[in-house]
Amino acid sequence: MTDKATITLTINGKDYAIAVEPRRTLADAIREDCGQTGTHIGCEHGVCGACTVIVDDAPVRSCLMFAVQAEGKNIRTVEGLANGDTLHPMQQAFMDNHGLQCGFCTPGFLMLAVGVLEREPNISDEDLIDVLSSNLCRCTGYQNIIKSVRAAAQEMRK
Amino acid sequence: MAESKQKKFIGRSVPRLEDRPLLTGRGRFAADVNFPGQWAMRVVRSPIAHGRLNGIDASVALAMPGVHAVWTFADVAHIPPIPFRLTGLKALEPYQQRVLASDTVRYVGEPVAVVFADNAYLAEDAAEIVELDIEPLAPVMNATDAPGPFDTMQSTEPDIIRKGYGDVDAAFKAADFVVTLELSVGRHSGVPLETRGAIGYYNEALDRLEMHGAAKVPHWNRDTMGRMLGRSRDNFQLFEGHVGGGFGIRGEIYPEDVIVCAAALHFRKPIKWIEDRREHLISANHSRQQTHRVRAAIDAEGRILAIDNEFFHDNGAYMRTHAATVPDLAAAMLPGPYRIPAYRATAHLRLTNKTPCGTYRAPGRYESTFVRERLLDAIAANVGIDKVEVRKRNLLSKSAMPYTLGLETLGTHIVYDSGDYGLLLDKALERAGWPKLQKDMAKRRANGEMVGAGVAMFVEKSGLGPFDDVRVEVKNDGNIELITGAASVGQGIETAMAQICAETLGVDYTSVNVIHGQTDRIGRGLGAFASRVTVMTGEATKRASTRLRTHVLKLAAELMQADAGELDIVDGEIVHIGGVPGPSMKLADLAKARPGELIAEDTFESTHMVYPYGVHVAAVRVDAETGGITIEKYVMAYDVGKAVNPMLVEGQIAGGLAQGIGGALFEEFLYDESGEPLSVTFADYLMPTAHEVPESSILITEDAPSPLNSLGLKGAGEGGTTPVGAVLASAIDDALQRPGAILTLPVTPQRLRAICKK
Repeated sequence: MTDKATITLTINGKDYAIAVEPRRTLADAIREDCGQTGTHIGCEHGVCGACTVIVDDAPVRSCLMFAVQAEGKNIRTVEGLANGDTLHPMQQAFMDNHGLQCGFCTPGFLMLAVGVLEREPNISDEDLIDVLSSNLCRCTGYQNIIKSVRAAAQEMRK
Repeated sequence: MAESKQKKFIGRSVPRLEDRPLLTGRGRFAADVNFPGQWAMRVVRSPIAHGRLNGIDASVALAMPGVHAVWTFADVAHIPPIPFRLTGLKALEPYQQRVLASDTVRYVGEPVAVVFADNAYLAEDAAEIVELDIEPLAPVMNATDAPGPFDTMQSTEPDIIRKGYGDVDAAFKAADFVVTLELSVGRHSGVPLETRGAIGYYNEALDRLEMHGAAKVPHWNRDTMGRMLGRSRDNFQLFEGHVGGGFGIRGEIYPEDVIVCAAALHFRKPIKWIEDRREHLISANHSRQQTHRVRAAIDAEGRILAIDNEFFHDNGAYMRTHAATVPDLAAAMLPGPYRIPAYRATAHLRLTNKTPCGTYRAPGRYESTFVRERLLDAIAANVGIDKVEVRKRNLLSKSAMPYTLGLETLGTHIVYDSGDYGLLLDKALERAGWPKLQKDMAKRRANGEMVGAGVAMFVEKSGLGPFDDVRVEVKNDGNIELITGAASVGQGIETAMAQICAETLGVDYTSVNVIHGQTDRIGRGLGAFASRVTVMTGEATKRASTRLRTHVLKLAAELMQADAGELDIVDGEIVHIGGVPGPSMKLADLAKARPGELIAEDTFESTHMVYPYGVHVAAVRVDAETGGITIEKYVMAYDVGKAVNPMLVEGQIAGGLAQGIGGALFEEFLYDESGEPLSVTFADYLMPTAHEVPESSILITEDAPSPLNSLGLKGAGEGGTTPVGAVLASAIDDALQRPGAILTLPVTPQRLRAICKK
């Protein structure tokens, strides 16, 4: 169990050469081996979505993927969203619409929403709520999150 | 006085100061804290609900490479049980929890040993092979069973709380009718998205023990754990980073917090413990579970003459930090906004072999509001009037304020400070379009749809004293540092405090840096609970900022050769009042000229709580086939006295609603008859998602500012949650056209289908 594999993870365009046990989750590798703690772990069984990152353009639960499975893939986390001091439209929309309170689920929601809107910019309202219902938030009551994502969708289509 | 150029921040929905780090992944939650050379701690938990712990064999685990130690009770026997923080009663003390089980285990999830290893994976491997020899005993699973022995020493009923006033028996004799109900609220809890975590660190050079990952009440926890571990407030400090949701349950002292600190001190190694979700669901505080047997004596017009309420509070296996808080609050706040001439509450505190309990958002009020409002609906049905009319006939009038209820809770007399309950009811019904809603629903019901509407009213409480301190300083760069002993659980207190400080002082709110939850920065503090921060810390902020302003103007007057009374602070600059020309001076320059002197501290003390109040209106559609409930309309009206930041208040109310819906329709910790918990993942503990939480309409009013603080503040943290179970039950009854159909929360699809089939 403790034999380690040497792999390289590419996170936000930067390579991280790390040695991990095959059983190590991608979430733990991103956070602990690569030091990107913006990705959060809420349940470790794929329900809450706090650990959502974008892997090769698709939002995935990083707690349900092993780090070794992500080698050679393009991983994007919340740390890579903003462009310097300029927030991504999704981040800005969450701020403008009070789409977060404690902020723990926020990175997961940001990556989920960005990942989906990049693939499907004209997603219907019904489908959008369907997608957002795959992550849990305990603070906001969701309405401001939905409002934020709708606002960002408009901005991202520009 | 000349018109002030001061910028107004109080009452404005300015963006939050908290957001940027949280949006960019630069938050610092408990699991983000690391120290070089740290060990991971994993807790070995009892798999048996009730049993005799005959032995623990850790030899195989200890032989694993990377495993450093395994602690059992013998290693922590010198640490006393975890004491009460609120509402402690002498009779409850024998039921306090030790940090590790000694000879008996009392719930599945009880810590019996801890493993220390190089990393979390190894620690978990090792914990799995620690062998426990536990001889099972019969578990106690129902709080309504007759009291009996809990074990050889103790009873399942450690105490009974009795509260009341007036002649209840005489009122029942004189009554035209008596309405009787048995009502139950399920076991659910806050379940924050961030699980608990604690990191102990011993700084040998300073002989300072630190705990990171503190929340809610860092100062109290420092003082209390310090006493438990033999540390003083000089050599033991707690640090709060970002906290991923609190809701009452996070930040109380739990066994794991004490053990990481004790272990850091003992091993001279940083000790990190991060809970996993299964652990959280079986070991962090549960809440709510109560069964009420309630009777109301009423006259022929449906006016309440007396209420007699006997209830059973299922507290689980130990009395944790909150002791009797929840049943005490339920008993004291059951009367709510109505005139109840005589009242009696008998609260049975009961132990069962389930996870121990604490508070959860609107503790005691979610439960008692469900009971009271169900009772009001039953009274309406009994005398044949509608649910709005029965409430109007019983409401306390505005002229009755301030209203002394004749009951005590949390060490204070309940005196409703201000309120106009009838006005808020009218406003809420208007916002909901109540008459039209009634007509539409009747029409749809005639067409075979199961739709209905409910209304529920409540009185909340907030602003628990007795004090809060705030220190404000102008730093050399002109920014303001505000230090408080309050805590943040993500509710936006940095922004709200910055707004109050900025407006009072005369600076921009973005220049105010609010420091909270750091025990080394301010001597005392009471943290964040019971919706107290905006009221208590807010008023203390206003006082300290006023004091600083006076002090600044006095110092500036000397330098500017003017009268302090002629000066004003506008946007961080000291100027002459009313735009009179003359020299001006930046706050930063004054701070540089008088380093360390631009500082002020003040305290707000209060012996009474304040009482916000609200009305929720809901319309639902029931699907009898699936047992599903669709919330079609939801209106919340809440009088908070004064909203410092309406956007944040609305956010609190909307978030509270989601949690209220969870408890009303989905969330429940279930056990099998042997005490095995059945709700151990998010696949079986169901929380509402974006699908289940409807768009709501929120009406914040300021009709009844509190007379107990200068801004008129009442807290806003819990009113979104309080009456949700009550109003949804009322709406479902109406949809079924069966008054009194809903007697139990949550109304899960299974339960609703069974009701529909009856």
